[in-house]
Amino acid sequence: MKQDKIIHAALTLIALSAISGLALIAIFVFKEGLPIILRVGAKDFFLSGQWYPREGKFGILPMIVGSLAVTAGAIIIGGVLGLGCAVVLTQFAPRRLVVVLKPAIELLAGIPSVVYGFIGVVVLVPIIRQHLGGPGLSILTASIVLGIMILPTVTSISVDVIRSVPRSYREGSIALGATGWQTTHMVILKAAKPGIAAAFILGMGRAIGETMAVIMVAGNAMELPHSILDPVRTLTSNIALEMGYAAGDHRQALFATGVTLFVIIMVLNTIALTMSRRSAGKGG
Amino acid sequence: MKITPATSQRLVVAVLWLIAAITLFILLFIIAYIFVHGLGNVTCSFILESPRRMGRQGGILPMIVGTVYVAALAVLIAAPVGVLTTIFLTEYTREGKLTSFIRFGADCLAGIPSIIFGLFGFVFFVIVLGMGFSIISGALTLALMVLPTIIRTSEEAIRAVPQAYREVSYGLGSTQWQMVTRVVLKSALPGICTGIVLSIGRCVSETAAVMLTAGSALRMPCSPFESSRTLSLHFYILAREGISMENAYATASLLILAILGINVIAYLLMRRFVAKVT
Repeated sequence: MKQDKIIHAALTLIALSAISGLALIAIFVFKEGLPIILRVGAKDFFLSGQWYPREGKFGILPMIVGSLAVTAGAIIIGGVLGLGCAVVLTQFAPRRLVVVLKPAIELLAGIPSVVYGFIGVVVLVPIIRQHLGGPGLSILTASIVLGIMILPTVTSISVDVIRSVPRSYREGSIALGATGWQTTHMVILKAAKPGIAAAFILGMGRAIGETMAVIMVAGNAMELPHSILDPVRTLTSNIALEMGYAAGDHRQALFATGVTLFVIIMVLNTIALTMSRRSAGKGG
Repeated sequence: MKITPATSQRLVVAVLWLIAAITLFILLFIIAYIFVHGLGNVTCSFILESPRRMGRQGGILPMIVGTVYVAALAVLIAAPVGVLTTIFLTEYTREGKLTSFIRFGADCLAGIPSIIFGLFGFVFFVIVLGMGFSIISGALTLALMVLPTIIRTSEEAIRAVPQAYREVSYGLGSTQWQMVTRVVLKSALPGICTGIVLSIGRCVSETAAVMLTAGSALRMPCSPFESSRTLSLHFYILAREGISMENAYATASLLILAILGINVIAYLLMRRFVAKVT
């Protein structure tokens, strides 16, 4: 009896490690980053485009815009491909295709992000430079690379959500004479909507948080972009590019960039979690 | 012209098949492209030698050792914590505020980008705890990063163990801890291992977080308290600074081979697990 109590207490303590890890991350990143935001002033930090660390000017607006732009592009590409794959896997594919496509998508998730970035540089960048103009390193290139990278996230969550739609919905719709596609988009995707939205939002989180691939293909220019063929720097690349040599205020400003990213991600995560919970409640 | 349901059905099916084909093509293209350019340069001496002139010449043995070191340590730390957390969540408590709090923590942790883990590892392990740029700093950071993956996959595996197993075990007079370790964990083991193997894959392919914690020393690591460059970071530096495209392709080939191997092992384990519990 006593042994069981000890085990229970020990397990409780260990089970809290994930949440304490999260708390530690938040505490230390905020502790390093928040003071400089307050010192520079939130308005100047978030809404100014001047990032001159040596002169003590830290404005991250172009990076925020850059991150949002590549994420928006990524979710369009990754969303279409990812949801398409999920619908094929659950509704239309014969078993033989499923056993090929599913492991393939899992493998796509396993490929290192540096490899994606590298392929982007050696294959995609020259194509875009030649056919669409601009430097090739651009929002568009980053969006395509990120879109492919978040495809597995979107697909795997969407597949789970679509699978959880009760079978009777599909059978009822087919029995009423609807075609497979009518059933899919009028009944199944409608029932799975909140869950699919959650999948898209988590995909956005992945895209906005991706670092190495974006550094390699986005061009890292510190200006506000005017077209999708312009190079941009994202919040994540700003941290990774300058962390190696930054010190003092400059390093704190990079942590502050991390704080910004952290807040954006937590907001996205919370929205996605509530949505998927709602979806789970409905699908029952 | 009005499109009949039958036409739209055919059209949509065609588009969806196209999407699936594009996805498969992208995967095959990436693998083929890297292998065609790099596999020829993967020789015994490349694998077994140390790099010379910043990686322009020579091999990548120290990076292979460093990668194995970081990934193995990270998983050795994360796996027990993750599995014990799962045991607590599934066997030792009822669903309630505490479990949803813990799950919320794990879900949030799963969504945090690797660069933030890197920042945290840099200030906490490298500076505050004084571990410096080292294998242990990198491993601890990665352990935190893969913890949610291990929790989620083990939870699925443990929940898939039939309830009857537990009842029979109690019926034979075992304590709860005996039941958990000898019956539940034993049946769920292949499923849990799938999660662990996939986590190794994530550690191997991670770059941003190890860059800020494990550093980028080129020499052979002798102890976990030394800095070491992992394979993926080495590849990044070679490619980005244009040091040697040949060696970059060869390193990428090895990375892809490792990931392929890891995924095959995970797939086989999963098949064994499904065969075992159903």
